[in-house]
Amino acid sequence: MTQFIALFGEAIAFGTVILFGALGEILTQKSGNLNLGVPGVMYLGGIAGLTASFLYESAVANPNPMLCLLLSLIAALAAAALGGLIFSFLTISLRANQNVTGLTLTIFGGGIANFFGGSLNKLAGGVGQISVSVTSHAYRTNIAPLMKLKIGDFPIGQMLFSYGFMVYLAIALAVVLAIFLRRTRTGLNLRAVGENPATADAAGISVTKFRYLATTIGAAVSGLGGLFYTMDYIKGTWANEGTIEALGWLAVALVIFSTWKPLNAVWGAYLFGGLSRLWLYMPGLNRSSQELFKMLPYLVTIAVLIVVSLRKKRENQPPAHLGLPYFREER
Amino acid sequence: MHKHTMREPFLRISKRGSIALPHAWGIRVSSVILAMILGALFVVAVTGLNPLDVYASMYRGAFGTERNAWVTIREAMMLLCIGIGLAPAFKMKFWNIGAEGQVLVGAVCAAGLMIKIGAGLPNGLLLLLMAAAGMLGGAIWGIIPALFKAKWNSNETLFTLMMNYVAIQITSYCVALWENPRGSNKVGVINQMNKAGWFPKLFGQDYLLNVILVLLLAVFMFVYLKYSKQGFEIAVVGESTNTARYASIRISRVYMRTMALSGAICGLAGFIAVAGADYTISTSTADGRGFTAIIVAWLAKFNTFVMILISFLIVFLQRGASEIASDFNLNEEASNVITGIILFCIIGSEFFINYKTRLNRRKEDAK
Repeated sequence: MTQFIALFGEAIAFGTVILFGALGEILTQKSGNLNLGVPGVMYLGGIAGLTASFLYESAVANPNPMLCLLLSLIAALAAAALGGLIFSFLTISLRANQNVTGLTLTIFGGGIANFFGGSLNKLAGGVGQISVSVTSHAYRTNIAPLMKLKIGDFPIGQMLFSYGFMVYLAIALAVVLAIFLRRTRTGLNLRAVGENPATADAAGISVTKFRYLATTIGAAVSGLGGLFYTMDYIKGTWANEGTIEALGWLAVALVIFSTWKPLNAVWGAYLFGGLSRLWLYMPGLNRSSQELFKMLPYLVTIAVLIVVSLRKKRENQPPAHLGLPYFREER
Repeated sequence: MHKHTMREPFLRISKRGSIALPHAWGIRVSSVILAMILGALFVVAVTGLNPLDVYASMYRGAFGTERNAWVTIREAMMLLCIGIGLAPAFKMKFWNIGAEGQVLVGAVCAAGLMIKIGAGLPNGLLLLLMAAAGMLGGAIWGIIPALFKAKWNSNETLFTLMMNYVAIQITSYCVALWENPRGSNKVGVINQMNKAGWFPKLFGQDYLLNVILVLLLAVFMFVYLKYSKQGFEIAVVGESTNTARYASIRISRVYMRTMALSGAICGLAGFIAVAGADYTISTSTADGRGFTAIIVAWLAKFNTFVMILISFLIVFLQRGASEIASDFNLNEEASNVITGIILFCIIGSEFFINYKTRLNRRKEDAK
């Protein structure tokens, strides 16, 4: 039982990183842009948030937690949005290939993040890790009374309310995104751009504007995943071991798994999170066989890819114009 | 609702019919120069060093000593080999993002034989077996996504991407299985004493065989894509599947055949990495080159000879940047930042090769 609760907590934590990444990418892909730079953008968000709060915390004697939170949040959103903007400029204005540009963004974002992450570690002094304890604490503050809630022996409070605010922010964002896409005029226009940009263009929708906005805002949302990982999951430190990149690719996988529906992404994210950590809780695994267990989320994604393509249900298909450029002159 | 005003666009863009070769290369070279300037700005902003010193140090790192130069050549050949493998897939517009996995599987197959057989066979025979196993492994890794794309039109970009991670996990599994010494979680140098399964020295050079193999492959792929019937089929499928169908080309067969070839060459690259460069296996045997090679292949427009240039440029930057890192006590990752900047610039420059732009001069229009 305690094991299950521990796994549940890990699933939520990992899942939230993936969920932010996937929500941003759903918004982006709905506009027809396939941004493979999600891991890079998540890296940018993580390192920008960390740098901002590090600079603030080391400049002020008594850092204000609220200000820490705000500064790192703004920095993360801005840096990730900038990544999305580079992608948009190259693919929309300069008409470059989306896959190639996205992969470059991933290389670039990872480089920037690990470069500055390593430098921050050095700045913080020798072998030491940097740590932004005030900010990280602010991110991880939970609602204490709700946490003690129990039904019988079952620690429902711990399972549902022991997390920082970003876990709930991710779910709220998913709901907002779902309503935006299904129930608003702007959401309808956005989907039109992703499905058939020529028609959308003829109807007076600015394809360029929609794609720019969706990609940039989408990248900003994805960047929150990196921020959550650095601030909450590894508690305001920097680790140069590529977890963000692996989670970033899982976020891309989750977009498919969710069949481009934000609400599916929520439970999918926790499922992926759980599958990624399941090996820790399986009895009788040795060091080699646990490696095989870590394949699970990827195998599940492959299975979903196959099933989605097999069933060919119309509402489960990717946006029809996904990954394709739109040039008005080349119709 | 909408304001209907006539607005002239700020820039007029039109597609170029053709462009003179020197002009195109002029644009490319200036994009590289722009990237160098941006990269220098980045280094100066971060470190306050003189950028000329930095580039001098980069040059030393890449070509400063004979040994450094050979490592640079070896790395460029690795990147080139994977790029050659990707070229047919991308020409077919089959988005094979899975080179990383195909390289790793090839490397695992080769390393497995190297460890298990060791000096039990003559070295030449062992190398041939390892090469065959590497190619087979890579080919299988390439065919699986192609099969599903051919049968049910599964999205190959994401399929191949996921296959990378499955391959990475298989590699870590094998590394844990073959670890040496026990508990190190590393395979260590394989057959260090008897050098079984190592590339032999040619003319006293460790890496000359890598160069010869990869350059032969480059020539083969150039001819295959340009002059063979199969190469023509790849080009037609890449341009338009409808045209291909009309010409009664069996698309699913072309997909599978091409991806087998693409995966096999990537697997061969894994074999070369194990037998001709690292003499060990780890999850970083591919080291992101599977992704970088995509950009190499794409930017070269699948011309394998242009790929040689681009591979050298990227490897020069990466090796140079890691030299800066150690010279000026910076972080190794500086190389990825500079690579990213240069790739962004080259990617962006393609626009100016394919399109003409002209500023609108509003005042004249008003008269």
